[in-house]
Amino acid sequence: MLILTCPNCGIAADETDLAPGGEAHITRHGPEASDDEFEGYLFHKRNPKGVHFERWRHAFGCGKWFHAARDTATLEVFGTYPAQTLEPPKALQALIRKKRPDWEGFQK
Amino acid sequence: MPEAVSSMAGAEFSGAVDIREDGLQGMVTLRGDLGDAKVAGAVKAAVGLAMPKARQIKKGKNGGVAWMSPDEVLLLCDHAGADALVAKLDKALVGVHHLAVNVSDARAMFTLTGTGVREVIAKGAPADLSPAGLPIGEIRRSRIGQIAAAFWLSEAETLHLVCFRSVGAHMFRWLENAAAADTLPGVL
Repeated sequence: MLILTCPNCGIAADETDLAPGGEAHITRHGPEASDDEFEGYLFHKRNPKGVHFERWRHAFGCGKWFHAARDTATLEVFGTYPAQTLEPPKALQALIRKKRPDWEGFQK
Repeated sequence: MPEAVSSMAGAEFSGAVDIREDGLQGMVTLRGDLGDAKVAGAVKAAVGLAMPKARQIKKGKNGGVAWMSPDEVLLLCDHAGADALVAKLDKALVGVHHLAVNVSDARAMFTLTGTGVREVIAKGAPADLSPAGLPIGEIRRSRIGQIAAAFWLSEAETLHLVCFRSVGAHMFRWLENAAAADTLPGVL
């Protein structure tokens, strides 16, 4: 069972209280974007085995979006952080690097 | 004008714990910047209570206020006074980005009393219902079975629960079932 702590209300929410929002930090290109760019935004997800950054919504709780970093293979949760950010906090990245020395680092 | 009727018209059940549908309860949703002094002032003027901290619920003589999310509070008041409360909030918050809505008749409210109220709710909610996980005076929004609900304890053995009116009857039946006699641990 996946338990994520919502940074908006501080509740350690069960997976069934949450709604998944897919991969985080993906770029939605502007109105002049090409079809290829839009296709990439819609379909080309990283889907790694290992460290993954995701969007979640505390659907049954405070209703707010947030980000989570976890390992897709072991389900270990590294941390959660607010949705209003373009990349994971430096402290969280350092923590992940410490726990997963072979992690390639955050990529946009 | 037709007479207002609550979801389960004050239905009661007695089993492992006592369950009561609370009847008509005034509720007003207020959304806005909770850190704004004007919003806090409007809440204070409306129900006489200070803006609650995250997850807190406060009750006073003139009503109550519950923290629902970082930009939303739920105000409790008399059913007949809800529209006046909305008007009061709107007047106090002219020029401040906000939304105040009377949701009294869109909700159902229940009160559970008895030693095992935490255990009854724990049968269906993925929430920490231990006294440490849900202290008295803290409101938890989660789900019961498959339906969204918010619940809090006002005393050690008194639990209040709010859900959408459209699922009020289902909630009452669910609670009846969860609170059937002799279905709680004997240690209670």
